[in-house]
Amino acid sequence: MTSWIEIGALDDIPRLGSRVVRTPGGNIAVFRTESDEVFALDDRCPHKGGPLSQGIVHNKRVTCPLHNFVIELASGQAVAPDEGCTHTHPAKVENGVVWLSVRQAAAVS
Amino acid sequence: MLDKVTKQKLVVIGNGMAGIRTVEALLERAPDLYDITVFGSEPYGNYNRILLSPVLAGEKTVDDIMLNTVDWYEDNNITLRKGETIAMIDRRTCEVVTDAGDRVPYDRLLIATGSNPIMLPLPGKDLPGVIGFRDIYDVDRMIKASTDYRNAVVIGGGLLGLEAANGLMKRGMNVTVVHLLDTLMERQLDPVAGGLLRKSLEERGMVFKMPAQTQAILGEDRVTGVRFGDGTELAADLVVMAVGIRPNFELAKKAGLYCERGIVVSDTMQTYDGRIYAVGECVQHRRQTYGLVAPLFDQAKVCANHLAMKGFATYDGSVTSTKLKVTGIDLFSAGDFAPGPDKEEIVLQDANRGVYKRIILKDKKIVGAVLYGDTIDGPWYFQHLRDGTDVSHMRERLVFGAANLGDGGVSGQNSVAAMSDETEICGCNGVCKGAIVKAISEKKLFTLDDVRAHTKASSSCGSCTGLVEQVLAFTLGGDYSAAPKVKPLCKCTDHSHDDVRRVIVEQQLKTIPAVMRFMEWKTLNGCHSCRPALNYYLLATWPGEYRDDQQSRFINERVHANIQKDGTYSVVPRMWGGVTTPGELRAIADVAEKFNIPTVKVTGGQRIDLLGVKKEDLPAVWADLNDAGMVSGHAYAKGLRTVKTCVGSEWCRFGTQDSTGLGVKLEKFMWGSWTPAKVKLGVSGCPRNCAEATCKDVGVVCVDSGYEIHFAGAAGLHIKGTEFLTKVETEDETLEVIVALTQLYREEGWYLERMYKWCDRVGLEQIRKRVVDDVANRKALFARFAHSQQFAQTDPWAERASRGVDRNEFAPLAELELA
Ligand SMILES: Cc1cc2nc3c(=O)[nH]c(=O)nc-3n(C[C@H](O)[C@H](O)[C@H](O)COP(=O)(O)OP(=O)(O)OC[C@H]3O[C@@H](n4cnc5c(N)ncnc54)[C@H](O)[C@@H]3O)c2cc1C
Ligand code: SF4
Ligand code: SF4
Ligand code: FES
Repeated sequence: MTSWIEIGALDDIPRLGSRVVRTPGGNIAVFRTESDEVFALDDRCPHKGGPLSQGIVHNKRVTCPLHNFVIELASGQAVAPDEGCTHTHPAKVENGVVWLSVRQAAAVS
Repeated sequence: MLDKVTKQKLVVIGNGMAGIRTVEALLERAPDLYDITVFGSEPYGNYNRILLSPVLAGEKTVDDIMLNTVDWYEDNNITLRKGETIAMIDRRTCEVVTDAGDRVPYDRLLIATGSNPIMLPLPGKDLPGVIGFRDIYDVDRMIKASTDYRNAVVIGGGLLGLEAANGLMKRGMNVTVVHLLDTLMERQLDPVAGGLLRKSLEERGMVFKMPAQTQAILGEDRVTGVRFGDGTELAADLVVMAVGIRPNFELAKKAGLYCERGIVVSDTMQTYDGRIYAVGECVQHRRQTYGLVAPLFDQAKVCANHLAMKGFATYDGSVTSTKLKVTGIDLFSAGDFAPGPDKEEIVLQDANRGVYKRIILKDKKIVGAVLYGDTIDGPWYFQHLRDGTDVSHMRERLVFGAANLGDGGVSGQNSVAAMSDETEICGCNGVCKGAIVKAISEKKLFTLDDVRAHTKASSSCGSCTGLVEQVLAFTLGGDYSAAPKVKPLCKCTDHSHDDVRRVIVEQQLKTIPAVMRFMEWKTLNGCHSCRPALNYYLLATWPGEYRDDQQSRFINERVHANIQKDGTYSVVPRMWGGVTTPGELRAIADVAEKFNIPTVKVTGGQRIDLLGVKKEDLPAVWADLNDAGMVSGHAYAKGLRTVKTCVGSEWCRFGTQDSTGLGVKLEKFMWGSWTPAKVKLGVSGCPRNCAEATCKDVGVVCVDSGYEIHFAGAAGLHIKGTEFLTKVETEDETLEVIVALTQLYREEGWYLERMYKWCDRVGLEQIRKRVVDDVANRKALFARFAHSQQFAQTDPWAERASRGVDRNEFAPLAELELA
């Protein structure tokens, strides 16, 4: 079952920008696209752990600030030819309020 | 999505390199627009024709050179009708007719029929055993002949002829090359290089008969020999004609399309019938036909842009370079190398090493290059040729290549062929030769951009670009990097930096979306390359009017600190001219302790760097520094960074002027300004130059009688001494010239183009004329800079530390304590 947590107002996230949500399991980056969709991803680039929240957002993608990996916001997948994937979390907007459902990462073996 | 019935029909005639490249580019841009049918006479998918030479030489197989197998067509819903030839185009009904009489309708038609080998009209030319060198069928016949027969004659000593001869020789045949002239590859080589080439091919066992004219091909049921103009004869079981190609435009001509030496097309690759496009060797564009792949790929891109109904790209012609694909022979030629009264030549000949280089200059620019024996710098010369760089400042050392100019960190005297797979090619990203070769062959990469994208090689500092291009050439047997005359700003557009800057002014475009809309950007919000560039262009063009778009700023400029590898930041307060005070030092020490800043380090630009600051601490750190009177040092900015000074006449026994004071004055006037790339200044109090002013973007060297102003130096990835701009007598004039120079750079530089690159591109004289000689212009530039400074000189730290600007940027949106 998904449990939604209210994390703030949509307007507190800049368009084509991102804000960070702190959790004990690490930061989650919440992105807002030009058309006011929101996406939540672990704030860790699959390349070398760069903070994706600090990157430039374009369309439904973000470019990592450290070495320019481009990550799909919806899937967390790196855009080819780069390879790798960042963990995503369900996020939604209702009446200008952003909701997040933190999904525990699959146990790392 | 449009279904098959309603979709427009695109028919492609010719399943070769240019036609399919166009289709690929079209699919990238508009995957669902057309229902596509491709006709190809050859019974294969699409293959890399260029590599027929290594196939003939036994170095590759036909499977190795397939670019798109039949599956690819299926996967992309393309109907491939291989082995079918189009016999007629019916423009009245908009149909093509196959040789079997089948009619297929089109809404748009693409002709890419390539060319045919010229078969000299000699007696005996139709005998079995006389062939051209164009396709897999020809290669199969040559390979077969090499197992059954011994003697081959190749007519034509050009690129194609020599590659055919080399291949046949590798297959064990005795090969004689017959050439009409006394220089081999005379279209690419001068007589000296041609002679060197001949010598080394002779050493491998090739025989030459030249100059010689072939008069007849002898034989009854099959070729048995060749007779020459002088009456001599030579035995031959195989004759390969490689005397040239003829664009294949019969089909188009019969359909009434206007043709000269090829199908005549406009800059949008359209024929005289607007529904019909043409690309490749069959085309004549601006009186020029092409026989190499790179320009055809350019054409393909433009054609696809129009087929995809984007409708703004234009093809302006290409410059080409060639490389002979005979293993073990290094040969490179580009541009125009015929001698002329207005041309200068630089020649280097080293008989012992078998090296010959000839660089041809005109109006201070490289217009041609012929390299033999050592071709590592070929791509580097070619780059300068394409870019039209003013090379006068490196004229003396030009012939020694990039490595000897400090232009590029890697010196490469060895050809990449000799390197082991483990040799590191790209130092920045740790990519070795083997990985690049593997990516090229497995992923079917063609261009430098492809290799960059897939391996990251040459994607950072770029100094290994030449080497990567060599690996590419060596692996594929050719350099396919297309050679457009103008470089697009980034992948989101086909427009160049200059075009974008011009259109912003002409059309009074004042926001990023407005630019993207007007110039028909291919992506929704651009990308990390174009957005910062557009933001800068708008900021520089409309000071005070344009609102800086924070989301289009690279993180460092957005948060006014430098991101480090662990996601923390570094903070560098400004120290005017490198001068500090005990109070400032004390404040820095206090801040470092208060915020547990792990590293405090002195920078190369005479500043103190606090490294490892957490993002959320930044505003508080700045507030403390602000309280001690310090402001942002802009160490993160594409803008004015530092002015480095020596102690000058105030303390130094050699000092001629107050270099420190001048440096402070410059920095106080110029801080806060945004520029295309970072700008660093240096001021030295005498020619001993302790402030290292002559490797800065702008440097002042004080002398007894005034101030020498230098610029366009670099001391990073590239090392380059400055150019002397002018000498002036007063501090005020110094300031005026430097500010005007910087403003010109702000108005003309391409985003991320350092000042020395800008100077290379537009030329020292041009700049001097406008900044030094034309006094009115200088004053106007100065005034524009001063105007824009009104809006630029607010301390970004103070705004954020105490005025709450961008508060959200530094605080988390929420803190969750999850179970
Ligand atoms: C041996 C060899 C070595 C080369 N080496 C180099 C090199 O090192 N570097 C370089 O840049 N270039 C090189 N080239 C040149 C390069 O291969 C050509 O420039 C390029 O292939 C031309 O592309 P195209 O699409 O115009 O023609 P092609 O690739 O020839 O394609 C045309 C296709 O159309 C088909 N066709 C023609 N008429 C019809 C019709 N009526 N109906 C159906 N199909 C038809 C033909 O069968 C052919 O398959 C080399 C060429 C050869 C032959
Ligand atoms: S550059 Fe000249 S004036 Fe400046 S410190 Fe060195 S010696 Fe002294
Ligand atoms: S500080 Fe400069 S030289 Fe040092 S590792 Fe970083 S980029 Fe390279
Ligand atoms: S850490 Fe993101 S690209 Fe390297």
